Amino acid sequence: MFPVQPLPILNVEDLHLHYGDMKALDGVTLEAKTGELTFLIGPSGSGKSSLLRCCNRLEDPSSGRILVDGEDITQRNINLNRIRRGIGMVFQSFNLYPHMTAKGNVTLALRKVLGKSRKEAEEIGLAQLERVGLVDRADHYPNQLSGGQQQRVAIARALALEPKIMLFDEPTSALDPELVGEVLKVMRQLKEDGMTMVVVSHEMRFAKSAADHVVFMAEGKIVEAGPPAQIFDAPRAERTRAFLQEAHH
Amino acid sequence: MTRSERFIDTFFKYDVMQQYWPDILKGLFVTCQIAVLVVVCGLALGLCLAILRSYRFRLVNLCIIVFIDLLRALPPLVLILILYFGLPNVGVSLSGYVVLWLVLTLVLAAFAEEIFWAGILSVPQGQWQAARSTGMSYFKTLIYVVLPQAIRMTIAPLTNRTIAITKNTALGMVIGVGELLNQATTAQSFAGNATPLMMATIAYLILFIPVVYAGRRIEQAYAWRKR
Repeated sequence: MFPVQPLPILNVEDLHLHYGDMKALDGVTLEAKTGELTFLIGPSGSGKSSLLRCCNRLEDPSSGRILVDGEDITQRNINLNRIRRGIGMVFQSFNLYPHMTAKGNVTLALRKVLGKSRKEAEEIGLAQLERVGLVDRADHYPNQLSGGQQQRVAIARALALEPKIMLFDEPTSALDPELVGEVLKVMRQLKEDGMTMVVVSHEMRFAKSAADHVVFMAEGKIVEAGPPAQIFDAPRAERTRAFLQEAHH
Repeated sequence: MTRSERFIDTFFKYDVMQQYWPDILKGLFVTCQIAVLVVVCGLALGLCLAILRSYRFRLVNLCIIVFIDLLRALPPLVLILILYFGLPNVGVSLSGYVVLWLVLTLVLAAFAEEIFWAGILSVPQGQWQAARSTGMSYFKTLIYVVLPQAIRMTIAPLTNRTIAITKNTALGMVIGVGELLNQATTAQSFAGNATPLMMATIAYLILFIPVVYAGRRIEQAYAWRKR
């Protein structure tokens, strides 16, 4: 018997992103299969966040293609709002809507994008808050929640639309150290539930234990990619070694 | 006549009050009416212009900026006189009431646009990105995410500006609108006594103090604690 091969759900093909003369992305090719956690590491300015933001077209790549579940999302006339529904994004600074409760944050897109009734949206929203362990905070406003709780609400907000892929842009970088764990726990749970995830982060220990692929980027290029054991324990490229040595100190 | 008697006789003469209070009341009603129309139309137009401006169409924005800068620079009285005395010469006759309403609405819209626009700009980019990343359109993001935050930040300057411009309804006097001040000055010249002016003063206070107070309350209610 052959093992069932998971299908690639995200294909990035020769992606370039230029700001004037500055090459934020310089020919990136990447593939993620359903249920995999891809972990992007690299020095700041290496293009990790830019890559992530191209994947839901918050940035428009200069050239190259991105296929999500076989569909080219870099096409000119594509309906971005439809595409983005299928791709959840979590930001470094949470970006919760401060004028809405946790429940309001999680249900807004359900009601205004998917057109669900308030009741239906709240059922889904509360279930997602339950998933991140915050159903008892549903009626709290963001400023009444800790940073870790806010980020978990932001994850629930993205999950509510049942995305095919979740993108995490340094989800724990703005958190106090003691709050990082609760967010990583939620992410680990997501991974176990089979979510496809692309994560930009500096949490190397999390990467070692949860990632399927680790991608090391520098200057807009992928320097080295492979399973965590290879990247962390036996990096081939000199740059990777130097970066990891820095990161460990 | 003692000094205090003379004072009361000049500003609070009972007979004059009794005779002219219906006129003052009529004026107050007209002032209220124009004020409400100006506030509603001016704020609505200002908000629409700010929304339009956020789409950043070059030519449209240029027009908006020219419009608001002109209206903010000119004294409202100049515009009122031009429209009331100038337009009939080119075949457009507007009543004093309409001219007053139109000019004050446009002036308020110009100031309100600038305030709303500053509010929209002050909402962090992350709010836009978060909303857009959930598939919300530009317009929906503006309506449900950005404007509710922007408007909260603008309540204080907006209230001040609204009161300042609404008080200009008194300019209606020079083009014969039967508003409060006009009624009062007419009554004053008939009676040969300043009591009607004092009555108008009190009427203005009755009209605007609650607005000032309401503005402060709204401001406090919406000033949600910053993170």
